[in-house]
Amino acid sequence: MTFELETATNPEKLKRVVIEPVSRVEGHGKVTLLLDDDNRVHQARFHIVEFRGFEKFIQGRPYWEVPSMVQRLCGICPVSHNLAASKALDMIVGAQLTPTAEKLRRLMHLGQILQSHALHFYYLASPDLLFGFDSDVAKRNIVGVVAAYPEIAKQGVALRKYGQEIIRITMGKRVHGTGAIPGGVNKNLSREERDTLLKDIDNIVAWSRAAVELIKKVYTGNPKFYNGFGYYKSSFMSLVRDDGAMDLYHGGLRANDEHGQSIFDHVDYGHYWDYIHEEVKSWSYMKFPFIRSRGREEGWYRVGPLARVNNCEFIPTPLAEAERKIFKAFDAGSATQATLAYHWARMIEMLHAAEGIQELLLDGDLQGDDLVSKGEPALRGVGVIEAPRGTLIHHYRVNEDELIVRANLIVSTTHNNHAMNEAVRQVALQYLDGQQVTEGLLNHIEVAIRAFDPCLSCATHAVGKMPLEVELVDAGGNVIDRLAKNSDGRCDA
Amino acid sequence: MGAPMSKTITIDGKSIPFKDGQTIMDAAMAADVYIPHLCHNPEFKPHGSCKLCTVKVNGRNVASCTMPAVEGQQVLSDTLELNDERLSLTQMLFVEGNHICPSCEKSGNCQLQAVAYYLGMMSPHYNHFYPQREVDASHPDMLLDRNRCIYCELCVRASRDVDGKSVFGLSGRGIGSTLVVNSTSGLLGDTNLAATDKAAQVCPTGALLKKRQGFTVPIGQRIFDHRTIKDVQLGEEHE
Ligand code: SF4
Ligand code: FES
Ligand code: NI
Repeated sequence: MTFELETATNPEKLKRVVIEPVSRVEGHGKVTLLLDDDNRVHQARFHIVEFRGFEKFIQGRPYWEVPSMVQRLCGICPVSHNLAASKALDMIVGAQLTPTAEKLRRLMHLGQILQSHALHFYYLASPDLLFGFDSDVAKRNIVGVVAAYPEIAKQGVALRKYGQEIIRITMGKRVHGTGAIPGGVNKNLSREERDTLLKDIDNIVAWSRAAVELIKKVYTGNPKFYNGFGYYKSSFMSLVRDDGAMDLYHGGLRANDEHGQSIFDHVDYGHYWDYIHEEVKSWSYMKFPFIRSRGREEGWYRVGPLARVNNCEFIPTPLAEAERKIFKAFDAGSATQATLAYHWARMIEMLHAAEGIQELLLDGDLQGDDLVSKGEPALRGVGVIEAPRGTLIHHYRVNEDELIVRANLIVSTTHNNHAMNEAVRQVALQYLDGQQVTEGLLNHIEVAIRAFDPCLSCATHAVGKMPLEVELVDAGGNVIDRLAKNSDGRCDA
Repeated sequence: MGAPMSKTITIDGKSIPFKDGQTIMDAAMAADVYIPHLCHNPEFKPHGSCKLCTVKVNGRNVASCTMPAVEGQQVLSDTLELNDERLSLTQMLFVEGNHICPSCEKSGNCQLQAVAYYLGMMSPHYNHFYPQREVDASHPDMLLDRNRCIYCELCVRASRDVDGKSVFGLSGRGIGSTLVVNSTSGLLGDTNLAATDKAAQVCPTGALLKKRQGFTVPIGQRIFDHRTIKDVQLGEEHE
């Protein structure tokens, strides 16, 4: 078995290390490390078997079904898909959202950001961060966190629950509810519902602050290690508001290069394809988006919390803004390109979400009755949102009968495709020793991938682990080493 | 009050009065006794195709929606055996079509789904057929998604008997059945169906729907969110 290597000069000489996470749930990934003659990591490929075929699946369906149907894309961030699709369909029904509709959607979205970031940080990342990447796997999980840091664990659980509660109240169910519809939303927030949510919001803001403090303490306590782990520089892309503020729900696209210089700014996402192209590679189902003006080789970029915190000029809520300034100033900006700084940025965003929710709950527009609007219909719609993991693009075309004829979705994990490969490659360069796949290497690759919170970890969130099977394969296809990591986190050769 | 009712049958041991001309289903519904049903709708002539309403009369299985009530009948309905058969029939309906409740806009308002809940259906049990069925969106106001059609022929009856249009018909038998529409192109948009027609309102599933409704009714305000199909249908009977 040989593959074509697009960057290798002498492909026949390369050895391959294959790391294959075996997931019980759909959506599993596989990492292949390509070694050169000197057994240095030449290239890393992280493949995810994602919802390919989904675009086909919705072809021929009526557009008004789509906001609910697309939620099946992901069990962790269905709200993001519901909202991105609804934004695209707003264009198809020609709607200008009413203030009530837009604010309710923002509330759903911030609830989703809160629960997703809390889940990722407390359940997946905090065991690594609190106990160390090489610590005992039996302890390195949420149960271990509960035992060693009961107060932190309690807050994490409560933050996640609160986000889920917002989703349940605004969408009818914690998972796969209905909320946003083409042109608006299907219900408002009653006074009673608002009062229920207001009861806990002060704690939610306080605990989100504590989360930023925690990651800041861990990160700045060992800056050399945290900055250096899987380090590389890249461009970043995200939505920003007209005035340059962070806006997770709506805005124009901004891309800045590795020096913070603008590549494009305030781009109307309705024409994203003028700025972003997608490359298909033979070895991956996932596409490789790149910034057109920079070309296929140089045009890759990162999206998600780190991109958003870096790209915005300010965060429009005071506590998160103060933390953004600290983050940017830390060690002369050294964290802004670091792989593990995703965690720090993510918690700053969680704080922003908590503050944003507080602000929205006090806004009387949420009790408005003007829920849906429509106008001049169109046959094409694009909706973009900053989902927990990054920019999410939904693009639909309908026919005269109002059925979907074409759909194109670019999800956060796809935007980060090249970036994740690069992080894995950097980590492998640091930690691969000879031709052996060690447990240490495995753990470190896992930590690098997890920083991005890709959908691969969505799929395994239930146990908070990434089951891995590791094979070291030479160019002739012979297995020269093998290591398997079970879903309980233990390894056996 | 109509004519005095002196005649009775018993259903599950309970004495139920009836008038001449009533079916067992009619008598049961009038007396607040629920017999699960899908193809029956008191507004239309009974059809007897889904067999969900099957009861035992003097030891024989009969469709209660078509069987006239006769003095002294001893009817069994709410029994383990009959409910098991109803469950199987419902499960068959699910696998014969493409019923994807989580993304179907009729969820919460769908009688097929509601009956499945009522009968305690936890899974489709049988293997899915995944039939290829056509979606017809040619009509400006109505969508016909044949994936969800259970061939109850309520639209057929409503169009023929109430609207006087005969827009719908069933062609083929059993698993090969198709709901066809009366136009040379075979498209709904070329028929004279209007969204205000009775036929456009009666579909118990999400097969024949008004366009652009989607998920406008929030979860919690849908017909079966807080009430079972039994309560809803008995309630309608007494409106
Ligand atoms: S379209 Fe609806 S009403 Fe007509 S036969 Fe099919 S399920 Fe029955
Ligand atoms: S309800 Fe009697 S056969 Fe369908
Ligand atoms: Ni996801």
